[in-house]
Amino acid sequence: MTEAAVCPVPHENRVHPLGAPAGFEEAVSNGPVKMIWPNGVQAWVISSYAGVRQVLSDRRFSAMREGGPEMRTEGEPILGLKQPGNMNSMDGEEHLRLRRPLSRGFMVKKMNEMRPRIQQIVDEHLDAMERHGAPADLVSALCLPVPSLVIAELLGVSPEHQELFQSTAREMFGKNGSKEVYDAKAAELGEVLAKVADEKRASGTTDDLIGLMVNETDFDSEELMRLAISLLAAGHETTSNFFGLFALTLFERPDQREILQRDPDRADVMVEELLRYTIGRLGGAGLARRAVEDVEVDGVTIKAGEWVAVTFLANLEETLCPNAGELDLERKAVSHLGFGFGPHQCLGANLARAELQILLRSLFTRFPNLRPAIPVTEMAFREDSITYGAASIPVVW
Amino acid sequence: MPTVRIDQTKCIGSGQCVLAAPDVFDQSDDDGLGVVLMPEPPADLLPGVRDAVDRCPAQVVSLEE
Repeated sequence: MTEAAVCPVPHENRVHPLGAPAGFEEAVSNGPVKMIWPNGVQAWVISSYAGVRQVLSDRRFSAMREGGPEMRTEGEPILGLKQPGNMNSMDGEEHLRLRRPLSRGFMVKKMNEMRPRIQQIVDEHLDAMERHGAPADLVSALCLPVPSLVIAELLGVSPEHQELFQSTAREMFGKNGSKEVYDAKAAELGEVLAKVADEKRASGTTDDLIGLMVNETDFDSEELMRLAISLLAAGHETTSNFFGLFALTLFERPDQREILQRDPDRADVMVEELLRYTIGRLGGAGLARRAVEDVEVDGVTIKAGEWVAVTFLANLEETLCPNAGELDLERKAVSHLGFGFGPHQCLGANLARAELQILLRSLFTRFPNLRPAIPVTEMAFREDSITYGAASIPVVW
Repeated sequence: MPTVRIDQTKCIGSGQCVLAAPDVFDQSDDDGLGVVLMPEPPADLLPGVRDAVDRCPAQVVSLEE
């Protein structure tokens, strides 16, 4: 197959706030295509389900970034930079050394043990929302504080520093965030976490993630701080944005919402379909890898040294399920790519699942008449972050 | 008999196998890595095992049929 044409990556002008950037689906629909990123780098965009899984799991594609923070290109979040303790930009054994000890803190059974506590936090926030009365902002009343409190507890950090956690997370995931501002935030948070680490060392606990890192791993203090900050940040930005997007998706689909409200005990399976569909429909293409040798993907040869980006439009491919372009909450769960794939698949996936399941079931059971106070298309969305979502969601009930 | 294996050298402890087939897989309390509870599962558990093979992000679960 001949090399595909080079297209400019579409600006993130979404025709609909819950849909892909204008022209993007058409541009990638005929197989791998090279696009030019805003920073001038060319990358192949892979959009097939099999191709995305291959790129994210084949060891011939590297997640490693060359150089340190000074190599940051325009629009690249702090998250992607190669720094000690940043497992997002590591491969192989170096990556496993950091990732493996942490996976123990996110085990399925551990997340299941946390469910009653998550439910309690959710209920407290729904109570507060009811007392506050309509209209309320779903993002600040529920979507953001719940994951924020849960991840702080899982790490073993007091929630009194919540505002610092949230602002550091915003700087870390921002596309145009200032490295200086982030470093200042991270230093402030680092001081808080250093004290916490000393306490964990003294008590010898391994019940929370910081205790686990301090007392059971060989991580040095810089790795430990950076990992703790990443975990706090990741715990805020992702689940909160996605739960907001789930609510908006359901506001627009009263038929699907009725399926949820008729059978809220199936919320666990419905979360998988909402992840598949909402993430697929947004068509994000942020995950990048670099070929370390020539590799064939979807009929084209990616040459050694070339960049590859995957798009989650693959979640809408018919090979995954029939009518994959449609949301169907009666569908059984399928192996979607909502948490990524390969060794870098979301470390917090099991936690996110527990939170999203409890939030989904509880919100629509508690407020059966919940509806947006303004049309979804008039709401403000955050395009400046790699974790896209609504800035606020005014609701009434 | 169909045989289930996990290559622990590459396992990342994601727990996807436990979600797919909780009777066949668990995660070790020591390190969080996947363990096979039932290496030769009965036929009615095989669909869950195949799901685990498909879902495993590290592609370390195998079923020899």
